[in-house]
Amino acid sequence: MSEVIAPTRTPAFEARLKKRYAAEKRFKALGLGAVGFAVAVLLFLLGTMFANGIGGFQRTVFEVPIDFSRVGLSVPDTDNDSVIIRSLQSQGLPEIVQFAAEETLGAEGAAQVNSQAWRDVAAQIIADPTIIRRGATFELPTSEDLASAFAGDGKRDLQPLARDLAERGLLVDALDWGFMQRSDATDPQLAGIWGALMGSILTMIVTLLLAFPVGVLAALYLEEYAPRNRWTDLIEVSINNLAAVPSIIFGLLGLAVFLTIFPGYRSAPIIGGMTLALMTMPVIVISGRNAIKAVPPSIRDGALAIGASPVQVVFHHVLPLALPGILTGTIIGMARALGETAPLLLIGMRAFVSTPPSTFTDNATVLPMQIFLWSDQIDRGFVERTSAAIIVLLVFLLLMNGLAIYLRNRFEKKW
Amino acid sequence: MSPAILLLLAIGLGLAGWLVARSRAWKFRASAPGGRLPSLPVYHAWYAGLWVGVPVLLFAAIWNAVSPGLILSHVLSSPGAQDIPAFGMQRDAILSQARAVAEGNADRVLLPEAQALVEPFREALTLYSWMGLAATLVIAIAAGIWAFSRLKPQFAARQHVERWVSVTLLLASLVAILTTFGIFITLVFETVRFFGMVSPVDFLFGTHWGPDPMAAADRPDGSRYGAIPLFWGTLFIGAIIAMIVAIPIGLMSAIYLTQYAKPGVRKWIKPALEILAGVPTVVYGYFAALTIAPAIREIAISAGIANASSESALAAGLVMGVMIIPFVSSMADDSIAAVPQAMRDGSLAMGATTNETIRRVLVPAALPGIVAGIMLAVSRAIGETMIVVMAAGYAANLSANPLEAMTTVTVQIVAMLTGEASMDHPATLSAFALGFVLFIITLALNVVALRVVKKYREAYE
Repeated sequence: MSEVIAPTRTPAFEARLKKRYAAEKRFKALGLGAVGFAVAVLLFLLGTMFANGIGGFQRTVFEVPIDFSRVGLSVPDTDNDSVIIRSLQSQGLPEIVQFAAEETLGAEGAAQVNSQAWRDVAAQIIADPTIIRRGATFELPTSEDLASAFAGDGKRDLQPLARDLAERGLLVDALDWGFMQRSDATDPQLAGIWGALMGSILTMIVTLLLAFPVGVLAALYLEEYAPRNRWTDLIEVSINNLAAVPSIIFGLLGLAVFLTIFPGYRSAPIIGGMTLALMTMPVIVISGRNAIKAVPPSIRDGALAIGASPVQVVFHHVLPLALPGILTGTIIGMARALGETAPLLLIGMRAFVSTPPSTFTDNATVLPMQIFLWSDQIDRGFVERTSAAIIVLLVFLLLMNGLAIYLRNRFEKKW
Repeated sequence: MSPAILLLLAIGLGLAGWLVARSRAWKFRASAPGGRLPSLPVYHAWYAGLWVGVPVLLFAAIWNAVSPGLILSHVLSSPGAQDIPAFGMQRDAILSQARAVAEGNADRVLLPEAQALVEPFREALTLYSWMGLAATLVIAIAAGIWAFSRLKPQFAARQHVERWVSVTLLLASLVAILTTFGIFITLVFETVRFFGMVSPVDFLFGTHWGPDPMAAADRPDGSRYGAIPLFWGTLFIGAIIAMIVAIPIGLMSAIYLTQYAKPGVRKWIKPALEILAGVPTVVYGYFAALTIAPAIREIAISAGIANASSESALAAGLVMGVMIIPFVSSMADDSIAAVPQAMRDGSLAMGATTNETIRRVLVPAALPGIVAGIMLAVSRAIGETMIVVMAAGYAANLSANPLEAMTTVTVQIVAMLTGEASMDHPATLSAFALGFVLFIITLALNVVALRVVKKYREAYE
């Protein structure tokens, strides 16, 4: 038997095949490269934020022991913190702190204790009043200048002092829980995000209260009731368009309409929430319609067959079955609203807010806006604080998206 | 009375009506033959609750809008109000101080003229809050009586309540139309006002952009309102640089993930790309300004370009491209997946390699969907604000050099509206004209893209 050679496998064919296979490999590598690039950028972005942000959760402090047994402070018997702080101030707490700092750090070091450091001491005294009978070692925030000198830049003449104090173990970077509890400040050592976080929460509550009912009801109407006519088409087209309109346009609407009707509420969560609700509502309508569409007609037919009215069919059967899908869409829409900055910039939610808002009409700012405001500051402390705020924002978004994925997997039925 | 109290009152009165009507319906039921009513007791309850709650709520809304004016006119008619200035900041300050003291929000007035107004204010506030409360109660009782007079055992309460529900559903869906019209009318109205001051020709075809918010508002210099540099910057950053990054990478990732990647890899990579889409734009902006822009500047300087600026179109465009990757990729993914499997199998059966199948069969077949996806991505990119605000800068440059600072339509909207100019100044109004242009362009892109997608989808079904 002689060997059978396929007549097509000529040397020219073999060469061509090799070339084609090489092209195949190149193409595949290109695809892998594209995916790799996208993932690498994501990792680089997150990595940069975390590398910078770690420092933002810390601040530079002096370790200073203060002995209160010699001075005889007294804490007034009241629950009102601001009264206690005022009383401690009038009893000379700031001077006591300054004196103790001088004893430990020397005059040059004590000059760099943050002017608001005594407030931290006062807060600890309020938390545990027995301190004033014994004393303790306190972490006093340093001035902005010394903090950047300690980090290796800023004013050159402070760097030897920072090095010296650090060698003696008096100057350290300590975890700063206050970052989550304080509000905006001009000094990065004293800045925190609680005010912005509170503003975000209030704004999101308004957005949710407005966008969720309207979005769900509109989705129900369009899927279950709407007659097929021009009006319905118009509603559908306008919802689809609203979902695609750039967010800044909603800011223009909020500025021209909401702030004209309610001129007194500039930079209040209620106006911000209303503006974001207009933006979030189409997202909820679109995802709601998909969830309602996924409920099989047999459910409706069954309910109608045993005598339920159309409204009962919708509210007793369709809506509960579609709710997990609607909630998933709502959370995703809310996550988008939480990260939104541009429309709020136009309606004036960019004020310097140093006290956390407590009602819907207080002056407020939101977390992304705080990031934007801080990003303008060139100070190294603020660079770290900005990245730390970004980490907090990303954690919130991740939690919301995780919740949406969990809801989808846990409750969504496949029919 | 504060809005919160009126709201609570409306809810409380409605709830009272609800409870009373329900217990009455239970009584009807007990005495009805066979223990059955045409409507369940809960529908009786809702009928009464809605009839009480909704009118009160409407009244509360109207009262809230009207009562400040009534209070003010009451105060102004008092003798102490004859001396205050007729308009201006002084007048507002006097009135707001007197009001704050009258409401108990402040201890004392700072302006002496305000002292005479404290008492009239206090009087008016008390008077009108009692009037509001009385009117609320009258309305609630009247509506309640009307509702209860109709609630008979044989009353078809369910049908009536369901009519309320239908109307509510319709109203909710009209909010979308209202918003669209609101946007459109606002933009058109302010744009027309702007074009009354600056000629549209100057605006659309002028090549110099530099509105002066401090200049006199009545005779603006039209040559400073040429928006061509903004349109160019928007196009250059959003439609050129960003797309040079996003189209190849988005498309290739979609192809790799749908055609090559193992399910295990796909399961992890797809969510990672979605995270990229979920990162807030302010974070991208910060990333661009803090990391990418300085890096580009360093590279440019080491390449011998001495005056590279720290804000550049390139930095903003690159980061925006990264942001857009997931959009392009997911649209391409969808349209490639929509190509019938038979076409792919046919090509492979003819001996084509995978990449030949993709390039010669799948991508051409999916092209309309991919193009539509790219159009949506472009509309997304040109409407993006924070990245360009933070990284591209405010200087209007008409240049093709990606290393120069450039500004976009969205940046200038922000700049014009966060400045000090008043709402009637042409510089402020120009922001609305820019917004109108942006709105029209993104709308057109979206409408065309959706048309293309629809047409294409039908071709294979």
